[in-house]
Amino acid sequence: MNIAFVIDALVTVIGVTTPILLAATGELVVEKSGVLNLGVEGMMLIGAVTGFAVALNYGESLGDWAPWAGVIGAAVAGAAASMLFGVLVLTLGSNQVATGLALAIFGIGLSSLIGASYVGMVIQPFNQTFPDWLAADPIGRVAFGHSPLVYIALVVVVAVGYFLNHTRAGLILRAVGENDVSAHSIGYPVIAIRYAAVAFGGALAGIAGSYFSMVITPMWAEQMTAGRGWIALALVVFSSWRAGRLLVGAYFFGILMTLELYAKASGFSFLPSQFWAAMPYIMAVAVLAVMSARDVAGAEAPACLGRPFMPNN
Amino acid sequence: MKVEAPPRLELVGVSKSFPGVRANDNVNLKVRPGEVHALLGENGAGKSTLVKMIYGILAPDEGQMLFDGAPMRVHNPRAARRLGIGMVFQHFSLFEALTVLENIALGLDARLSQRELLAEFHKVLDAYQLKLDPRRVVSTLSVGERQRIEIVRALLLNPRLLIMDEPTSVLTPQEVEQLFETLRRLAASGCSILYISHKLHEIVALCDTATILRGGKVVGAADPKRETSRSMAEMMIGGNLKEITKPAARAFGPPKLETQGLSLPKPTEFGVALRDVALCVRAGEIFGVAGVAGNGQNELLAALSGEALATGAEAVILSGEPVGRLSVTERRNLGLCAVPEERHGHAAVSEFSLTDNAALTGRDRMEFVSFGLIDPSKATSYAAEVIGAFTVKATGPGALAGSLSGGNLQKFIMGREILQRPEALVVCQPTWGVDAGAAAAIHQAIVDLAARGSAVLVISQDLDELLTLCDTLAVINLGRLSGPMKVGEASIEEIGLLMGGVHGDPSGTTEMTEHLHAHPA
Repeated sequence: MNIAFVIDALVTVIGVTTPILLAATGELVVEKSGVLNLGVEGMMLIGAVTGFAVALNYGESLGDWAPWAGVIGAAVAGAAASMLFGVLVLTLGSNQVATGLALAIFGIGLSSLIGASYVGMVIQPFNQTFPDWLAADPIGRVAFGHSPLVYIALVVVVAVGYFLNHTRAGLILRAVGENDVSAHSIGYPVIAIRYAAVAFGGALAGIAGSYFSMVITPMWAEQMTAGRGWIALALVVFSSWRAGRLLVGAYFFGILMTLELYAKASGFSFLPSQFWAAMPYIMAVAVLAVMSARDVAGAEAPACLGRPFMPNN
Repeated sequence: MKVEAPPRLELVGVSKSFPGVRANDNVNLKVRPGEVHALLGENGAGKSTLVKMIYGILAPDEGQMLFDGAPMRVHNPRAARRLGIGMVFQHFSLFEALTVLENIALGLDARLSQRELLAEFHKVLDAYQLKLDPRRVVSTLSVGERQRIEIVRALLLNPRLLIMDEPTSVLTPQEVEQLFETLRRLAASGCSILYISHKLHEIVALCDTATILRGGKVVGAADPKRETSRSMAEMMIGGNLKEITKPAARAFGPPKLETQGLSLPKPTEFGVALRDVALCVRAGEIFGVAGVAGNGQNELLAALSGEALATGAEAVILSGEPVGRLSVTERRNLGLCAVPEERHGHAAVSEFSLTDNAALTGRDRMEFVSFGLIDPSKATSYAAEVIGAFTVKATGPGALAGSLSGGNLQKFIMGREILQRPEALVVCQPTWGVDAGAAAAIHQAIVDLAARGSAVLVISQDLDELLTLCDTLAVINLGRLSGPMKVGEASIEEIGLLMGGVHGDPSGTTEMTEHLHAHPA
């Protein structure tokens, strides 16, 4: 095992981790406000196809700014999809689990429909922020050789952690997720705060999706997020709703997913590659089982998670 | 003629309806500046709806509200707080997973830094001699401590009208006296207080005026200084209040429920460890455990009911049989039943019907189960029997537990256990948040159960309740139980000191306990 291999592996881990980290950070905020949006996978796909479409169609006129326009488009599309969920769940009080699953399926279908005409097309990948001389060095490549989205994801998770634990607005958001009735009786606009959280989660899921279609493989393929939205959901529970653990957990899953890629590619595995493919999911189940065996489990979940709040009843 | 200042708060013809209920009907009310005004009424009389409208949580359908003579428009509690209206809720509006300080910050509209807030917090604590750790997480606090957060939160606002919804239920007599002192001082400084309580003697002691609500309407006003507790209670329920009848000169049978050297570690980081608890309840005896919230009451109940297993079987003895290592169900089958403090989610499942709730604890003792299946007709008729015998106001056995008012659900829960004819019954806070009529019914039921030869252990923070109900009394403080005292021979001051007084001085308590052990009552 040489240094080049380790660097390759590290770069892969960071790449694989970024989308689940982005999506899970968004979902963390949503769940902290007391809403369970299971539609992450759908919102990611809508973001992926929108980002790709924007970058493709405006690639010539916008030049260097096209990928940024794609990312913004993906965020807006993800947020718009989440607002559909928001209206159903927050205003009309529908069941959050069922609505979230519907959103996931809707997103898969809608993205396939929009993307049908884009299959086989390629865009300029959105990678490498820093100048070549920084990224050329093998060690430098680990730190500087990534898409801007990698750094954005890290900044966002730290910012969300700070927001939740050290700002008044974050405290209010947590209060709304903890006890909606009390927050309402103290005078906080529960529904508006939840809308904002859901929109933020949708935007981040959209950006996470665009990472697949604009960075990993700069092209569109149906269901190209390959279930990572579900991993992001598990990751939020795995992190027991804490931003710091979310970051660690995302890289843990990232390493597991990289193992799968390497097992497939190098054949160094004594186990079939399907086993490695299943590994992140098996680990998710195992970790959740261990965590719920601890007696404090569940105490960490926002108390109003998934419960509809209708203030006039 | 002297021109009077306008009332601090005036309600004119205020009405509010919910689907199927007219919660408030043409209510008129005047609260003068600096007045302590009692709002009296049974559960469901419309007090909560009324104060929610004043605090901006609900909007009235009709009528006008004036604050300092000017029409007030409060669309939300924030607007109410801006006017200077503070409120201490009956059902705490706290956030379990957050710390005390975070909870307080959420209730304040002013943006203070952590340090400023902490300084303000300690200022209020010192001024009102309350004890509260700002960094504790609320879920680890007792009911009493939680209420203290609410009180501090309201006091931090420097209110001009303070609404207090049953604030004293969990305080020691000394603490109640201190709170009253605080409220009087607050009133003297010009703050009006709207005081809701079922404890009529408190209203006599504290309030200047009382308005009595029944069925959503004002049925009368009274001067608490001239009325007796009894006459006000009768206005409140619109009938005669039954006095608890206790058979005189009762003899107690053999010991039924005993603990010996019952020690348990803290169940959670912030729980209370039980230390060497010894008590003995004889057949026919009502044994009271007094104490300030959070001194091991819930832990004691759990140890007796079987939710927490003792280290040795001999630590808990039921009718001579060691049961310390038996489960809840096994203990129930032997005749040890328990009613925990929290009605929703502990004593009863809110989302279940009364029939299902009856089956949950009565299935074995009342023989609902045949061939492993619950016989729904037996469970239903048992639930109906409880509803009938304890005059529970419910639509029937099919009603959801969560749809009942606090008092009615408590009557149902108590009835469910009592009709099982337990050998020993352990109850925690039997009348917490229950109106006077229901409380009297529950007390009578406890007395009747003891008269039939059961041993009853009542854990309560309401000392008056224990003094009227119990034959013997012990005080729990920091997980230790004092020696037993005969009711009538121990003074309230003594008991108050044992409860840790206001300062929570454990050394003084130990001394006092030793003193009482040396000179048994």
